[in-house]
Amino acid sequence: MLTKRIIPCLDIKDGRTVKGVNFLELRDAGDPVALGEMYAQQGADELVFLDISATNEKRKTFVKLVREIAAHVNIPFTVGGGISSIEDVAPLLEAGADKVSINSAAVSNPQLIDDLAKAFGSQFVVLAIDARKVNNQWTVHTHGGSRPTEKKLFTWAKEGQSRGAGEILFTSMDHDGTKSGFAVDPLEKLNQLLQIPVIASGGAGNMSHFLEAFVIGKADAALAATLFHFGEIKIPDLKSYLSNHYLPIRKTI
Amino acid sequence: MKIAVIKYNAGNIRSVAFALERLKVDFTITDHPEEIQQADKVIFPGVGEASTTMRYLKDHRLDDLIRSLKQPVLGICLGMQLMCKHSEENDTPCLGIFDETVRLFVPHHHEKVPHMGWNSLTTINDWLPSDLKDQFVYFVHSFYVPLSAHTSAQTDYIQTFSSAMRKDNFYAVQFHPEKSGPVGEKVIQAFLRQ
Repeated sequence: MLTKRIIPCLDIKDGRTVKGVNFLELRDAGDPVALGEMYAQQGADELVFLDISATNEKRKTFVKLVREIAAHVNIPFTVGGGISSIEDVAPLLEAGADKVSINSAAVSNPQLIDDLAKAFGSQFVVLAIDARKVNNQWTVHTHGGSRPTEKKLFTWAKEGQSRGAGEILFTSMDHDGTKSGFAVDPLEKLNQLLQIPVIASGGAGNMSHFLEAFVIGKADAALAATLFHFGEIKIPDLKSYLSNHYLPIRKTI
Repeated sequence: MKIAVIKYNAGNIRSVAFALERLKVDFTITDHPEEIQQADKVIFPGVGEASTTMRYLKDHRLDDLIRSLKQPVLGICLGMQLMCKHSEENDTPCLGIFDETVRLFVPHHHEKVPHMGWNSLTTINDWLPSDLKDQFVYFVHSFYVPLSAHTSAQTDYIQTFSSAMRKDNFYAVQFHPEKSGPVGEKVIQAFLRQ
């Protein structure tokens, strides 16, 4: 049976892992390669590495770091941050990344999704969407959540799918960093609307929040950062908890 | 032992290379016919689309070369699908090593396509170690190979399909052993022992 995926997200700045509360205050949580290897050994199902400073400072994701990760980590991983063209993506694929996530660049140039899907395959393209409720509408934000756009979450996710995105990574800005649980209502709506997998992100504070994201939100995968980096929840404990609640979860050897 | 990883216009070759490095195995990534023919083992990886990769293989005369190999050959993911007779992906004639037709997943309920993530090997036989039964491996694919006499492992998604196959010296896996943690490493090692 296809299992629900647990995905630690490592936000990268200057080659180090960081995670901000609501993306503003950054705390250092170590070396990305060592952390990635440790998570893989603990039973993480995938990893995401986001170069969070890349879009703001117009920097490109570090290909060198990606190569290091690919050499050491034996599970799939996604890289993102500052990707705006096929030329940005080709070296990441060559370096060993399994998927790339695109966010701001796809909003300003939706054709990028089609181009990447055509060049590398849909399975390679994760459309990351940061959204928060504005006037009761889930509104897409770009540039690390700092800029509101005209786009609405559900129509944008659907458009992303039809343009060839292979997965949607949905982060609720309203929940991110709050530890009050994932945004289960929009998650459930996304999962009804889409034929591609949806990754829940933002708001995990305890193990029952993951259960809600999977059971009520019907998410295919759930992503968290701070909780894992500071050892507040251990991945093996989380996986046994979910397994004990009858969710299909990968057991590791 | 000399291992050749076939170089062509498909993704994921680098990941296979890294997995072999982690296993401390010597290999070359090559599209040179003699280097491939003289290797002790050949790995035919791939992520991509059937028709464009088949066209590339034909243009570079790698299609006849792969079919003619006598040493153990391992097809991975798209590599396995290209080893079949035909693919429904853009109605593509493939290498024809296996007689099967590669089919598109058609959801019965609200199953998502592609089949993406970790799923288990429900039955195991032939070249795969029996302790891999019920172990989880990583899949990413929208097309599948139906069960046949050549099936060496089965997995359930929408229906039961072939997650591993073998015919003579041709071995194949639908999942990505290079991305499947310690279980994937066991699969690669099982192939290298053939």
